[in-house]
Amino acid sequence: MGKTFAEKILALKSGKKSVIVGEIVTVSPDIVMSHDNTAAIAKKFKQIGIDKVKHPEKIVIPLDHCVPAATEKYAANHKEIREFVQEQKIKNFYDINTGICHQVLPEKGHIIPGSLILGADSHTTTYGAFGAFSTGIGRSEVASIWATDEIWLRVPEAIKINIEGEIPSGIYPKDIILHIIGDLGADGALYKAVEFSGKVVKEMDNGGRMTLCNMAVEIGAKIGYVEPDERTIQWLAPKTNKKYEIIKSDDDAEFEKIIDYDISGLEPQVACPHTVDNVKPVSKVAGTKFNQALIGTCTNGRIEDLKIASKILRGKKISNGVRLLVFPASMEVFAQAMELGILQELVKSGAVIMNPGCGPCLGAHEGALASGEVCLSTANRNFKGRMGCKEAEVYLASPATVAISSLYGEITDITRDLK
Amino acid sequence: MSIKRKVWKYGDDVNTDVIFPGKYTYTITDPKEMAIYALEDLDPKFAKEVKKEDIIVAGRNFGCGSSREQAATCLKYAGVGAIVAKSFSRIFFRNAINQGLPLVQCKEAVENISSGETITIDFEKGELSCKKDIFKFPPLPESVLGILKDGGLIPHTKKILKIKEGK
Repeated sequence: MGKTFAEKILALKSGKKSVIVGEIVTVSPDIVMSHDNTAAIAKKFKQIGIDKVKHPEKIVIPLDHCVPAATEKYAANHKEIREFVQEQKIKNFYDINTGICHQVLPEKGHIIPGSLILGADSHTTTYGAFGAFSTGIGRSEVASIWATDEIWLRVPEAIKINIEGEIPSGIYPKDIILHIIGDLGADGALYKAVEFSGKVVKEMDNGGRMTLCNMAVEIGAKIGYVEPDERTIQWLAPKTNKKYEIIKSDDDAEFEKIIDYDISGLEPQVACPHTVDNVKPVSKVAGTKFNQALIGTCTNGRIEDLKIASKILRGKKISNGVRLLVFPASMEVFAQAMELGILQELVKSGAVIMNPGCGPCLGAHEGALASGEVCLSTANRNFKGRMGCKEAEVYLASPATVAISSLYGEITDITRDLK
Repeated sequence: MSIKRKVWKYGDDVNTDVIFPGKYTYTITDPKEMAIYALEDLDPKFAKEVKKEDIIVAGRNFGCGSSREQAATCLKYAGVGAIVAKSFSRIFFRNAINQGLPLVQCKEAVENISSGETITIDFEKGELSCKKDIFKFPPLPESVLGILKDGGLIPHTKKILKIKEGK
């Protein structure tokens, strides 16, 4: 019997010949990521009672969750992080002018196929789009890895999700992953390694694959994974000169489940308040009014997403009473969007262009909601209180759905206009 | 090690945003202050009324969502003695153990426990007794149990490094 990607990579990283599902292994990660939570982690690290991190070269720290600092408290937090970075001689530090961690790490060449990435952020699953084993951990664990270069992981069962068919016009990777989340539920892949495959994934751009892997955690997955191919190699070529080995599941590997989707007839999807798996076709909630629209975050703030939005908004004005916030996921995306004239077009349509970062996704700043308000967002979570107010509602959709809906001031089925 | 305490029962998919809202994640750093906001957006009376070692009993996927460790820390410092659930979200499971907060995964027990009743959990025996019945649950793996016994990952790592130094 062959081995899955998860079994192979965890054997490699734990220095064993082979491992089996359920086994607990001690591994040494290639990259450890933390962000605005680094100051809190540094405090825990000091409690361990040692002065120097074991491998500063493995540590990557982008500031993104509340940038620039919203208040004195946030400013003090950032200051502590900058001081820690200096003290520990951590080279891979990205200050507030860089972008969201999950966009920045691949862009800056930190992610390669066959690497083991652990991050103090649940959406660390994103890097599976490049064939890495990549998952979220807690603050104490990051502190402990800084000290020991080790952590325990359980070898997960694997689930394969085959996505086949022809992508209908107006349908994007976000619609596909929302549909899957709605179908499988918030714990549909709890603790599992989820491999996305099939024709649709093979033909999908890297940005789309990142969207799938980013939201794999919303079905409880330990990792999301896409088998690297020529598209991956080409994307990585200008970003990194690190040598890498592509690790993939054997043809006869044992998957706990193989789930097939044919998305040929898929309608645009939306996750309704207050859970990510409360997914409905947009047509079922069309007409729902909202106050704020958000295009951005680690799920959908990439150049591909901004291109889609600007194409829909070009030459048109967003509805009166709707505020549209656009957060390019990184400064590279921002610059690219500027060069392509996308930002100018969005501004003309009435959008507010914000700086790269997480923005109001976690309710900290830059567009938090008031009681009774509704937001239509391209983000990945819509839990009660998520955007700063528990009496507000958040709907999640693709950049195309958010853009077209901004023109009408109500949730709108983009395929209606295409028919 | 065993505890006998009152139950606070909740449903499925209790997420980290309702356990500890994201808006506090970088502004509240003192664990005792975190405890004031525990379950704020799910059950506002919880943090005010919870007693030392009270037990949370919940459905599937407890702690889903963010990796924020404060979701476990705030419950620990609010006094929670253990959480019994049908299943736990992966990162929350790790965070709770790393904070020295014991977890019990036992679907059958959850289905038979009512809010407000007093239950007993014996961690060594792997046994949970409630009004209706006694339920067995599998013990945690040895390596994981070690972290819990040391009071969490930071004291555990400190101990391990000292042992290594001593050799």
